[in-house]
Amino acid sequence: MIGKMAPGTAFVVYTLLLLWTLIVLFPLYWVLITSFKTAQDVNNGPFFIPWVDFAPSLHAWKELFVFDYEDTLRSYTNSIIIALLSTIGCICVGSMAAYALARISYRPKFGNIFLFVLAMIGGCVVVWKFGVDWKISIAVALACWFFLLKSIGRFFTKSVGNGDILFWMISQRILPPIVTVVPIYMMFQNLRLLDTHLALILTYMVVNLPIVIWLMYDFMNSIPIELEESAQLDGASRFRTFWEIVLPLARPGLAATTLLVLILAWNEYILAVFLSTSKAQTIPILVAAMNAGERGILWWSMCVVIIIMIIPVVFMAIFLQRFISKGVLLGAVKG
Amino acid sequence: MNHARKGNSRSLGEWLDGHASTLFITPAVLLILIFSIFPLVASLIIAFSRFRLGAGSYRVRWVGLKNFEKQFFGSEQFHFLGTFEGMSTLGWLVSIIAIAASLYWLARYCFTKFWWLGFIGRIISALMFVALVLLFSATLLSGTQFGTLGVTLFYVFAGCALQFAIGLGLALLCAQPIRGRSFFRVIFFIPLMITPIGIGYAFRMLADTSKGPFSHVWQWVGLGDFAWASDPWAARLFIVIGDSWQWIPFVFIILLAALENIPKDQQEAAEVDGASGWQIFREITWPQLLPVAATVMLIRLIEAFKLVDLPNIMTSGGPGIATESMSLHSYFAWRTLDLGQSAAIAYLLLFVTVVICVSFFNYVVLSRLRHAA
Repeated sequence: MIGKMAPGTAFVVYTLLLLWTLIVLFPLYWVLITSFKTAQDVNNGPFFIPWVDFAPSLHAWKELFVFDYEDTLRSYTNSIIIALLSTIGCICVGSMAAYALARISYRPKFGNIFLFVLAMIGGCVVVWKFGVDWKISIAVALACWFFLLKSIGRFFTKSVGNGDILFWMISQRILPPIVTVVPIYMMFQNLRLLDTHLALILTYMVVNLPIVIWLMYDFMNSIPIELEESAQLDGASRFRTFWEIVLPLARPGLAATTLLVLILAWNEYILAVFLSTSKAQTIPILVAAMNAGERGILWWSMCVVIIIMIIPVVFMAIFLQRFISKGVLLGAVKG
Repeated sequence: MNHARKGNSRSLGEWLDGHASTLFITPAVLLILIFSIFPLVASLIIAFSRFRLGAGSYRVRWVGLKNFEKQFFGSEQFHFLGTFEGMSTLGWLVSIIAIAASLYWLARYCFTKFWWLGFIGRIISALMFVALVLLFSATLLSGTQFGTLGVTLFYVFAGCALQFAIGLGLALLCAQPIRGRSFFRVIFFIPLMITPIGIGYAFRMLADTSKGPFSHVWQWVGLGDFAWASDPWAARLFIVIGDSWQWIPFVFIILLAALENIPKDQQEAAEVDGASGWQIFREITWPQLLPVAATVMLIRLIEAFKLVDLPNIMTSGGPGIATESMSLHSYFAWRTLDLGQSAAIAYLLLFVTVVICVSFFNYVVLSRLRHAA
């Protein structure tokens, strides 16, 4: 294959590729050298090369890691905890649902779903109009629904299939976070969970769940069913089949999905702004916090934070890139 | 005793196994119901009410459609839709063409195949299209400023077009027989992993015409005093560039994987027959790439509507409201504790997003997939 191109074409191709490499790397280079600049270096015009144009100084790094290390460390550990736990939770819940949708046939009745919605609306109306405690109201509504399900549920005939459930779950991704974040904020405020790790973990889980289900559904479908069937003939339960056969086979897909979700959770900003103020503050908030104050933007400190944010993700991506490049995302996109 | 416990655990195991189908899917359904569907409904209620946060509690008052009315006809019209000062000739011309085109499209659907649900869907899409064209004609083409709705649409369509063009170009370059493909792949993938906040600030530094790295270039061109952030179109473009820098890798990675998946034999046969590179691309590569390309663009479309952190960081919506996306508009409304308005704008955003994405999915993606199958 190599060397098939005409020399002229090859020149153009390599030039364009190198040009784009430059476009990708230059902003990163600029962020890197800015983190070693002093305020004077930033304000007195552009300096490009350390030791030639300007004397690099470690003052911003020192400030963040020596004087303010508590703040930095707390945001960093918060980010790590929240990103990791939400990713793990999301992958568990999502791959289970994806496996179930790929292998088990669900036929929930239209009427039952309608009854559920009706019961919930009834519960909300009772809370609103009569001031009943919401826990009691929800419990009663659920009990009513369950009772109706057992009594008249079998008269319904129309039902939805797996495809509809899958579509319903994936379509949640269309929802802009701004639509749901205010009620979520109030919900966590009611539960006294605002500014805690749990609030952010749960929210990130739900936001990223559609992606996991969508990507993993395709993976589960591509695993040959014969293995599972023989395992089931040998008497393995569904859970054991899932844990010991399906998950190991889906490993490349799991790796790519994990990376994607981890990056999304690690970089998330707008939900973190709403749901965390100080204790659960994540790293993106710390970046934005470098802007506040009468001294203007502390570019040098901000660049340090951006760099320590990028480094773990880049290492992980290089580590996992062979999974991604093998067309893992492609399968799902092909539909 | 021992026996009883054993029996108990077995029955628990049996119970688990018997309900496995329910247990597998329940966590996901519950999470979505609690954190996605419930807030969606609650948000709708907030959108129809005036909401005041007090000390430790809040009061809700039903105001009907007032919050929405304000966006379309009332005091917030300039902010959401834009300023109107009559329609210019060009505006009329464009709107009439758009109306005629959508009528033709609907009529053609009626005469070829007719299904009432499909017809209703097409009417909604056509109405949305005409409404958006009218909006653009009455603001942009008539020389007045458009509001956050127009800005959001600009981000979405300009951003997606740019990302698709460059992403496809890079994928085609990388699909050539070159050395170091995995090196380029890793390098090109990097921007996707960087937090949008970081990108926002990094691009703010880069675009600085007096202290940024390109300031000598700017001064040489004579734009030394030009500030990106104070010119509406420059600021909007600047945000689209930042967003594209981040998302081109996504388009690139998937299109490259799709290109590598296309069997080589057809291309080689065409080459033997003496077809030119462009012919091979148009007749063989492009049709096989289309289903994937359409789906990638659908994903990008969905995500692009949510754009909020870049304008917030790079310009904080300014100059004036020139770079404010709808998400940002809603966020600012929330920050002034006007929750009703915030929810109303969020719902309008949801409506526009759903109509456009579903239209794109139905008319573009599905038809491509059907062609491919």
